[in-house]
Amino acid sequence: MALQPFLALAAILFGIGLFGALTKRNLIIVLISIEMMLNAANINLVAFSHFLSKPNIDGQVYALFTIAIAAAEVAVGLAILLSFFRHRETSDVRDMNSMKW
Amino acid sequence: MLFGLPITGETIAFFVLALIIIISAVFMITMTNVMHMAVSLVGVFLGVAGIFILLGADFVGFVQIMVYAGAITILMVFALMLTHRGLSAEMQHEVGALRSTVTFVVIAVLVGTILYAIRRTPWTSNNINALQPFHQSTVTLLANAIFQQYTVPFELVSAVLTVALVGSAVIARKEE
Repeated sequence: MALQPFLALAAILFGIGLFGALTKRNLIIVLISIEMMLNAANINLVAFSHFLSKPNIDGQVYALFTIAIAAAEVAVGLAILLSFFRHRETSDVRDMNSMKW
Repeated sequence: MLFGLPITGETIAFFVLALIIIISAVFMITMTNVMHMAVSLVGVFLGVAGIFILLGADFVGFVQIMVYAGAITILMVFALMLTHRGLSAEMQHEVGALRSTVTFVVIAVLVGTILYAIRRTPWTSNNINALQPFHQSTVTLLANAIFQQYTVPFELVSAVLTVALVGSAVIARKEE
C-alpha cells in the first residue's frame, strides 16, 4: 500500500462532507457533514504519521486532539440547536439570521 | 494489479473499507429520512476506524469507534428526536436545483484538482509495499508522546472539554 490511496479517499470524503454542509438546510445534517470533513482530515493525519520516511506517532496524537475538540464542538452545537429550537420551533439554518433574540 | 497497486490482503481491505465509507457517505447525503441519515453515518465512522486500524493506529481506531460511532452518533440521534417536529417536508429538500448543481460542480473541480496534485507529487516513503507496524505498541508510544512532549496541549484539551460541556449544559438549560 502507498500513501496516495489514503489521501485520495480522504479528499473524496472531504468533498462529500463539503457538499452536504453547503446544500443541506437542517442544522443537524450540517453538523454531521462537518464531522465527516474532520474525519477526512484525521485520515490524512494518521496516513502521514504512518508513511513518513521515519514513522512517527505525532500524527496520531493530533488525530486524538481533533477527535476531542470535535466532540466538544458537537456538544456545544447541539446545545445551541436545542436552545434555538425551543424559542423558534425550527432547525432550519435559514431561520438563524439574528445574533440576539 | 488493481489501480496500479499489487493485490494483497491490505489492498483488498483498503478498497472494501473505502467502498463502505464512500457509499455510506453518499447515502448520508441523499437520504430523505433523517433517521436513515444518522444510521448511515455509523457506516462512515466505522469505516474510518477500520482505515485507522489498517494504518497501524489501533488506539486511535478504537477511540474513533467509542467517541464517534458511539457517543457522537447517539447525541445526533438524540437531537434529531428532540427536534423532529421542526422537520417539515419542505425543509427536507436541499436548496434549489441550480445552486445544488453549481455547488456540486465547484466541489468536483476542487476534489479533482486535489486528486491530480496527489497523483503528480513525488511522495517519498519507506514502506511502499507493505504496511509495517510500529516497532513498539502504539499505546506506549502515544502515552510517551502525550505525557512528555504534548503535556500542555493535553491539559488544554481537557480544560476545553470541561468548559464546553459545562457551557453546553448552561445553554441548553430551560429558562424560567
